Amino acid sequence: MNEFFQQLISGTAVGCVYALVALGFVLIYKATDVVNFAHGEVMMIGAFLGLTFIDTLHFPYWLGVIAAVACMTVFGALLNRFLLRPLAGQGILSVIVVTLGLSILLRAFASVMWGPETFPLETPFSRKVVRIADLVLSQEHVAIIVLTVLLVAALYAFFRYSRLGIAMQATSENQLAAYYVGIPVNRVHSMIWALGAAIAGIAGIMLAPISFVQVNMGYVGLKAFPAAVLGGFGSIPGAIVGGIIIGVVESMAVLYLPEGFNNVAAYLLLLIVLMVRPQGLFGVQTKRRV
Amino acid sequence: MALLEIANVEASYGAVQALRGITLKVEAGAIVALLGANGAGKTSVLKTISGIVDPRRGSVRFDGKDITGMEPDRLVGLGMSHVPEGREIFRLRTVHENLILGAYRRNDSAAIASDIERMYSYFPILRERQRQRAGLLSGGQQQMLAISRALMARPRLILLDEPSLGLAPLLVKEIFGIIRRLRDEGITILVVEQNANMALDVADYGYIMEVGRIVLEDSAEALRNNPTVREFYLGISQEGTETQAGQRWKRKKQWR
Ligand SMILES: Nc1ncnc2c1ncn2[C@@H]1O[C@H](COP(=O)(O)OP(=O)(O)OP(=O)(O)O)[C@@H](O)[C@H]1O
Ligand SMILES: [Mg+2]
Repeated sequence: MNEFFQQLISGTAVGCVYALVALGFVLIYKATDVVNFAHGEVMMIGAFLGLTFIDTLHFPYWLGVIAAVACMTVFGALLNRFLLRPLAGQGILSVIVVTLGLSILLRAFASVMWGPETFPLETPFSRKVVRIADLVLSQEHVAIIVLTVLLVAALYAFFRYSRLGIAMQATSENQLAAYYVGIPVNRVHSMIWALGAAIAGIAGIMLAPISFVQVNMGYVGLKAFPAAVLGGFGSIPGAIVGGIIIGVVESMAVLYLPEGFNNVAAYLLLLIVLMVRPQGLFGVQTKRRV
Repeated sequence: MALLEIANVEASYGAVQALRGITLKVEAGAIVALLGANGAGKTSVLKTISGIVDPRRGSVRFDGKDITGMEPDRLVGLGMSHVPEGREIFRLRTVHENLILGAYRRNDSAAIASDIERMYSYFPILRERQRQRAGLLSGGQQQMLAISRALMARPRLILLDEPSLGLAPLLVKEIFGIIRRLRDEGITILVVEQNANMALDVADYGYIMEVGRIVLEDSAEALRNNPTVREFYLGISQEGTETQAGQRWKRKKQWR
């Protein structure tokens, strides 16, 4: 039983990382119609920046996190301004090619910058445990879950109450209408990229102590994608729930299924769900506007 | 000086040239009608004015300022609101939220609240539906919402694209009543219409477009009495009877 709960918590923690990457991915897709295949690599850059500030430059942990996330914010806005905005109106194919190209470029950049090794990242939670009755949980996992809950709550409040958050939602819903009411759509797009990249950066830094910092950690993006689809592509709550479900299913697969299944569990689950509910868990059947 | 002046504007969508040199002006405080058949380019003129479409040539001046190619959000800030074809409301948001978004460039929240009340007094049905999603409104109610949302920006100039499209006759009357009232409150109006009767009734001045060009302009009164306009746009033949649709092609328009 304890093994089950420990596995559940560690799966949820990894799922939280998937959820955050999927969330940024969906935010960007909804607002700007860009499917950012490089979002996992954006996360990887965030993890390396965290490593640089905390390990190399010896920033205190939380200050290092803040510095890395601040850099990611700028990075996201620049990606939109100089890579994606010039492609406006160029069609879906060129956008796909550019974001795929970006993912390769970012991996190449990281291996030149930081090298191909795997780096551990010490956190204030490393090698500590939380005891609840006779359950022993890694503090690292618990911290990820708590942080994710706080972050999601903050984002919810941001989208519900802040002027910028409301403008972001309005722009996602109807870009032309946003122009007509005087929302600076281009600037809002850059802010959404900034937000998506910042969230990915946080996810990367949270993932670092679990999976090490390394050039290939962007493959988490390969899990965020099914997470987004599972939730109903375009639904933000769906992306969060989808990510957590995939994390939990994977870790349960380790426990209950033959070896190797954990790697494909996400996709198997996705196939099954899509057969039953093609629009995903939280998706609405899309109706074409006439 | 006119509030809005556009000179020799040309615009294209890819290879399709929609505007072939448009020159028009709108005096402050006036209602100006822009009329023409389907595909003449009326919507394109409005989009070029409000910055949705960039002109290839020519200039647009608003309040003496060159605004050619300026981003739409800045134009809203300068006092220009566009009620677009197709309404383009935020269907997933409530009526109330749509109105709040209309005031996006403002931050005088007390005045915003009283402006919302004013919109509800123009269109009482919107008050009843204020907590409903805008997508659930009928077409006419959506048009009222689109107009109200544009007014929430407190524009000096409002561009109206076919406000009567698809509305019941009674509602058309009501909308044009509001248009008059707005002019009396000092708002300048450029209205695109296929319902030329109604438009020339309220307008001070009118322009008539055909395939990307202005072919005729005059005071609304003169246009109402122009035989060609009467025949082709008001549907009244020389003898004062309704023209048969089938006969239209036989006659030549006199400005050709
Ligand atoms: N987005 C677009 N892409 C390509 N061509 C377009 C586009 N919008 C308009 N056009 C073309 O430009 C010309 C002018 O269109 P516009 O919509 O301005 O006319 P309109 O006078 O408003 O017509 P309607 O009365 O039907 O609204 C038409 O030939 C139309 O087919
Ligand atoms: Mg039109």
